[in-house]
Amino acid sequence: MTPTATRLIVFAVWVIVLASVPLWAGNYFVRMAILIAMFSALALSWNFIGGFTGYPSLSTAAFFGLGCYVGALSQRAGVPMVLAWLVATVFVGAFAAALGAIILRLRGHYFAIGSIALVEVTRLVISSWGSLTGGGDGLNVPLVQGGPDAVARTFLAVMLVIMVIVFAVTVIVDRGRLGFGLRCIQQNEDAADMVGIDTTRYKVIAYVLSALFCGTVGAAYASWTGYIDPTDTFSILMTIKVPVMCLLGGAGTVLGPVVGTAVYMLLEEVLWANFLDYNRAILGAVTVLLILFLPGGLLRIDYRALVARVGARSRPSGAAA
Amino acid sequence: MQYLQILVNGIVLGTLYACLAVGFSLVWGVLNVINMLHGSFIILGGYLTFFAWHSFGIHPLLALPFVALVLYGIGYATQLMIINRVVSEPVLTTLTLTFGLDLILYNFMTVYYTATPRRVTLDLGVLELGDIFLPVDRLFGMALALLLTGLLYVVLRGSRIGRAIVAVRMDGAAAALMGIRVDRIYAVTFGIGALMAGAAGAIFSMVFPITSNLTGDFLGKAFVVCVIGGLGSVPGALAGGLALGVIESFAGQFFGPQHAITVGFVLMLVLLIVKPTGLTGIKGYE
Amino acid sequence: MTTALLTLDNVSKNFGGNHAVSNVSFALKEGEIVGLIGPNGAGKTTLVNVITGVQRASNGRIRFVGVDVTEQRPYQAARRGLARTFQIVQPFPAMTVLENVAAGALFGGAQASRAHATEVARQQLEFVGLAGFADRPASALTLAGRKRLELAKSLAMQPKLLMLDEVNAGLNASEIDGALALIRKVAERGITILVIEHLMKVVMSLAQRLLVLHHGQLIADGVPNEIVDDPRVIEAYLGGKFARRLKEMRRHG
Repeated sequence: MTPTATRLIVFAVWVIVLASVPLWAGNYFVRMAILIAMFSALALSWNFIGGFTGYPSLSTAAFFGLGCYVGALSQRAGVPMVLAWLVATVFVGAFAAALGAIILRLRGHYFAIGSIALVEVTRLVISSWGSLTGGGDGLNVPLVQGGPDAVARTFLAVMLVIMVIVFAVTVIVDRGRLGFGLRCIQQNEDAADMVGIDTTRYKVIAYVLSALFCGTVGAAYASWTGYIDPTDTFSILMTIKVPVMCLLGGAGTVLGPVVGTAVYMLLEEVLWANFLDYNRAILGAVTVLLILFLPGGLLRIDYRALVARVGARSRPSGAAA
Repeated sequence: MQYLQILVNGIVLGTLYACLAVGFSLVWGVLNVINMLHGSFIILGGYLTFFAWHSFGIHPLLALPFVALVLYGIGYATQLMIINRVVSEPVLTTLTLTFGLDLILYNFMTVYYTATPRRVTLDLGVLELGDIFLPVDRLFGMALALLLTGLLYVVLRGSRIGRAIVAVRMDGAAAALMGIRVDRIYAVTFGIGALMAGAAGAIFSMVFPITSNLTGDFLGKAFVVCVIGGLGSVPGALAGGLALGVIESFAGQFFGPQHAITVGFVLMLVLLIVKPTGLTGIKGYE
Repeated sequence: MTTALLTLDNVSKNFGGNHAVSNVSFALKEGEIVGLIGPNGAGKTTLVNVITGVQRASNGRIRFVGVDVTEQRPYQAARRGLARTFQIVQPFPAMTVLENVAAGALFGGAQASRAHATEVARQQLEFVGLAGFADRPASALTLAGRKRLELAKSLAMQPKLLMLDEVNAGLNASEIDGALALIRKVAERGITILVIEHLMKVVMSLAQRLLVLHHGQLIADGVPNEIVDDPRVIEAYLGGKFARRLKEMRRHG
């Protein structure tokens, strides 16, 4: 079976598992499934610019937050919900396109700082524009009709659809010219230039792809929760958590973001439930351990070599295989 | 409020900003590491100073050297045992690592100290020079900040360790070939960064109320100062700090205090695009 | 008369007060092998950078296949058939040797798909003798191997003009002989070659014509036999004092 086929099957199984949660678990778990799907979409999005292209973007929260607000404001203006999500997607995409050409001239450290600054500036602008956005008091979004179970199931479906779309785009990019070109840029940008790749165009495309679906997710999130405010939607914690989830699974791989998000969020859930006061510290510890011992992510570990080593160690020395 | 008062306020604030940022700038410039722990180190310094004063009656000036030493130890150990393992990795790796460490420190501080604002209140009154009002505790803080920053400058230029640090910053490989133990120098540098942060926190605790919520704000200011002033140099941090202080002061006056911070960040974004090397033109790392 | 493939018309490149390249004019005809020589710091690599768009010329015009390419960006140069290798090799280290060359074929060589590009890549690897290393990471190659990889990558871009920048730097004698043979094979394919070298033996055995650069200026342009006797060239390489002494020696028989 080809690697692509394996990936598709694993992914499909996971989607089915998540989609089936309402059938065998209560609202609490459905909520968790929604969040897993949501963060998977965010991590898959980040993968385009951070994984394939190697540019350490920390702007996820900016795009997500903008998506929340554009979606919310559209809905409040009377735009039907799904259309509002599309509006948010297009807006965030255009925003990234306009910004991308400028900000992608920076590399390495400066790019990272610039991208974090973007989150802060967008948050501060939204916060200050009280007349439009309600400022620090936040914004109410017209609620979806239906009881909590129905609403939860609806949004689980929504988030899963978005996740599937981003995954599909990832597979297409991975197999095509764009993915190849982005990987070349990540390996050696100057050489990529010399080999005939229009690096600026490719980087901007990757940046826009990384932003587009964050906007969709943000708008859908706003519709789901019914209330947004600047601090929660433009969260620095989120903007760093998303790359960490992707790194955990394996940045630049196709399934990495999905695996990483699943592992991270399940871990977070266990910690939250059992160590409420210290859950941040433990999350921090997990991050540290990840960086120190799993630099390539879970999917890049050579499991066969690992098993062989463990097997060799558990055998008494001198004994024949 | 007349312009002179705003300017003076900005300068006093600016020296405090310079002091809080210089350690961050040094670590970034020499180690090529963006230290997300910096904000928490500042707050830790502030808390330790406060509790020395509150629980043991120790005057902040006496506590400051001890606080600085404690933070130095923490920084040195952290770099030597943890960060050194990945110090040559790309920025996302080291940034995420220090972010993870910061989560741990922040969590413990919040649990141990709670979020109640703490401030060392030294009732020193207000100095009036003509039409200018200068709260003495701020002046005191400014003097200390300048003293510490100046001290750091002298140490970096004059002492053997200082010159080793500068050598490593300019060319790590060459420095290693000359017998400099680069990993130890990294640990010293990070230790100094933590020390300056802690000292800045100690000074701040005399001037503002300290809570753990401020870690992000302080870190943000350090970023802005570095981009404005340039990386890895004391004069750069001073220039950047003063610039930020004055800009914030005027922005606060004309746009309202809540927008002062936005202006700082927007300025930083603009500078990143136009002249990332900052006022002193010392290039950081790509 | 064969039309010129590449013409430089009064091209200069200044870095502040440093005139790295000054008023250089020459033409390369199709099918030629031309050597670009000169002492260290003469501006040879800068000239190549300007031609390929890595740096922008301060003055002058460059035409390639009749098109004005003075303002082009490097990726455009690559797609137009202007390929160059680097003095310090620039591979994609974690990708396989095959993928490295396929990149050249896909983007510079405008192949229709990754599959086509991979095919072309295999052919080029055969040509340079690296076929056995196709699936190894580029970082696993020796320096000589990486130089061949650079060459294969450039060839995959289907260049009309190939500029080899100090392709022999760091190679030992037998590796250099191998490189020479390879370059001759490339020329047989009809590709125009500009060889930047400071190893005289290499240049002499390959080049039909020599361009000599000194302090950014073109001081000589002719066949190797003439260049060797050109007093300006001798002075540039050996210094004024020795050049005068040489002249004295020759005069006195």
